[in-house]
Amino acid sequence: MKFVDEYRDSEAARRLSAAIAREVTRPWALMEVCGGQTHSIVRYGVDMLLPSSLELLHGPGCPVCVTPLETVDRAHAIAARPGLIFCSYGDMLRVPGSRGDLARAKSEGADVRIVYSPLDALTIARQNPTREVVFFAIGFETTAPANATVVELARSRGIKNFSALVSHVLVPPAITAILGAPDNRVQGLLGPGHVCSVTGTREYLPLTKKYGVPIVVTGFEPVDLLEGVLRLVRLLERGESSVEVQYERAVRPEGNARSLELVERVFEVCDRKWRGIGSIPQSGYRLRSEYHEQDAERRFDVASVETNEPAECISGQVLRGVKKPTECPAFGTRCRPDRPLGATMVSSEGACAAYFHAGRLRAGVRSLPVAS
Amino acid sequence: MSIPDDDDAACPLPYSDYDRVVLGHGSGGRLSRDLLEQLLLPALGLAAHDPLEDQALLAPIVGRPALTTDAFVVRPLFFPGGDIGRLSVFGTVNDLAVGGAVPRDLALSFILEEGLPFETLLRVARSVARACAEARVRLVTGDTKVVERGKAEGLYITTSGVGVVAPGRELSVARAAAGDVVLVSGTLGDHGIAVMVEREGIEIEGELLSDAAPLTGLVQAMLEVEPNIRCLRDPTRGGLASALNEIARASRVGIRLDELSIPIRPEVEGVCELLGLDPLYVACEGRLVAVVPRASAERVLGAMRAHELGRNAAVVGEITSGPSGLVTERTRVGGERVVMMLAGEQLPRIC
Repeated sequence: MKFVDEYRDSEAARRLSAAIAREVTRPWALMEVCGGQTHSIVRYGVDMLLPSSLELLHGPGCPVCVTPLETVDRAHAIAARPGLIFCSYGDMLRVPGSRGDLARAKSEGADVRIVYSPLDALTIARQNPTREVVFFAIGFETTAPANATVVELARSRGIKNFSALVSHVLVPPAITAILGAPDNRVQGLLGPGHVCSVTGTREYLPLTKKYGVPIVVTGFEPVDLLEGVLRLVRLLERGESSVEVQYERAVRPEGNARSLELVERVFEVCDRKWRGIGSIPQSGYRLRSEYHEQDAERRFDVASVETNEPAECISGQVLRGVKKPTECPAFGTRCRPDRPLGATMVSSEGACAAYFHAGRLRAGVRSLPVAS
Repeated sequence: MSIPDDDDAACPLPYSDYDRVVLGHGSGGRLSRDLLEQLLLPALGLAAHDPLEDQALLAPIVGRPALTTDAFVVRPLFFPGGDIGRLSVFGTVNDLAVGGAVPRDLALSFILEEGLPFETLLRVARSVARACAEARVRLVTGDTKVVERGKAEGLYITTSGVGVVAPGRELSVARAAAGDVVLVSGTLGDHGIAVMVEREGIEIEGELLSDAAPLTGLVQAMLEVEPNIRCLRDPTRGGLASALNEIARASRVGIRLDELSIPIRPEVEGVCELLGLDPLYVACEGRLVAVVPRASAERVLGAMRAHELGRNAAVVGEITSGPSGLVTERTRVGGERVVMMLAGEQLPRIC
């Protein structure tokens, strides 16, 4: 496949892997921010191409994982309403809420549909004018423009039966929470490539300055990741903390002006609870008041749904890179991808699921998928 | 069996006002008999004048009889390269074939949804007849039930099949041993992606067809050059990954795949990339995975490639001594990953 194969090339990977090994003189703890990066690292075994002194910590950038339990429960409450069509991205279907996952709600009669694009949800709304259609609008800055588009289209075209359950989260506040915590271990960041293709890199400069942590905005293919690591290691070894862009084919420093404008028009920044982490100030988007009619939370009066995490789940510490999934007593026993306690075990982008898959390579589930 | 002409898809029923299935067609009375005698039996290429018994008497079996059963609920009913009728025949035929059996007799039941157009039923029944001829099996008995509108999606089919295993054949998922070689008979995931493309209305360049096909001939050709093949599986639901996990578990061995040697069509790879799916978990309906002794791997591969259904056959991995039950893959960039059993449905990722 053009534009993909060259970033999965074994020769390029081998060269980068050797270059990294040459540059590294001491241990470094690096965090990849995005769930998509985590997925790719595990999928291709990228961590195995790194020297053992480099440790990869999996970051909070899995939107499925950090969507708060309340929101999942609100989704259930809405989806269970008779006659309503609830549209969601596929991997949200198995995220456990207090009363099971959306797949279970579906089996109990809810009309839950997987869509690949928010526009599909809008089409469903147009085709079913007598039924309420709700789209589960989750994600980081990456999905915000598409989600803003459908909300705006629904309003401008007068599609009255469409609304969105919005639970958007933002990367920079989460990074601040991680780097600013007293128990932080992260020394360098592989920045979120797709997020930055929308937002640009502006917001990351102050983070680098404040915490002295270099950031290399990186893509998602194995060669991207290795190149990102190489550039990050060079910065760390030289003691420089700046922002670089490895994912140049998609990211411009100023971002995508049209998308940003659209997002700004539809959403406003709000405090947001992150699953497992807790509330982070100014870390999410909600719909502006002009779009209240498109706001499913108001429309179906579910704002009061409050719930708590299973006490045993340590996904919050895992999401901040403070604890390894394998330090959780439930890991691989009471918590597995087929019956997850927390969301980090559900999505293939979640660190616990990633560890479960990769960790078994080394003599049982308690070993780590760090470089060999 | 005479094979009806598919081009003539017009309904041959001159006798009734119905052009679609009504509940009465499942009553067991006159309407049921009319449906059978005037539509189904002719479309299936079966003589309507023979007395209809409640059971089929089979010819004596020489060898060990093999029996399997399967249910088919695919949506849409028709997709590029196949339809539910072909699937229902080949699915059962292939389950027998990968056990080393030569499939012989087939039983088939239709579950029809009230309101199903006769034209659709006719197309499916004719397709069943053609598939039986291709797979060289005889349809010997069957049943038809009708359920209320909304209780089924058009129609479902179940099939059961009897086949014969020649003396000395010992194929089993528990027989893989360290050092053996893993082969596949062709590109993976064509069927699952062809169906998905049709169902989701995804537009792709070129034509991607389901791989649905009867594997009996290919299997027999392989067994001819190596009677001691350890095991065969057709990677249907759950794809290659699930088939290999079952083998690794049953044989208490490890399996190591090499990503670069696994044949996958660019179209399949592209759609999987787009939808966030892993082709190793996508269903095939006319492919097999084989575990064979290393010494005869080249010979078996040659026999596969010489067969029409095995032209893209490839060695994709090997059986290792462990860890027991674990399937791993050397990735194209030289890393390694675990190829897990699927936890549930394969779900498209958000990003």
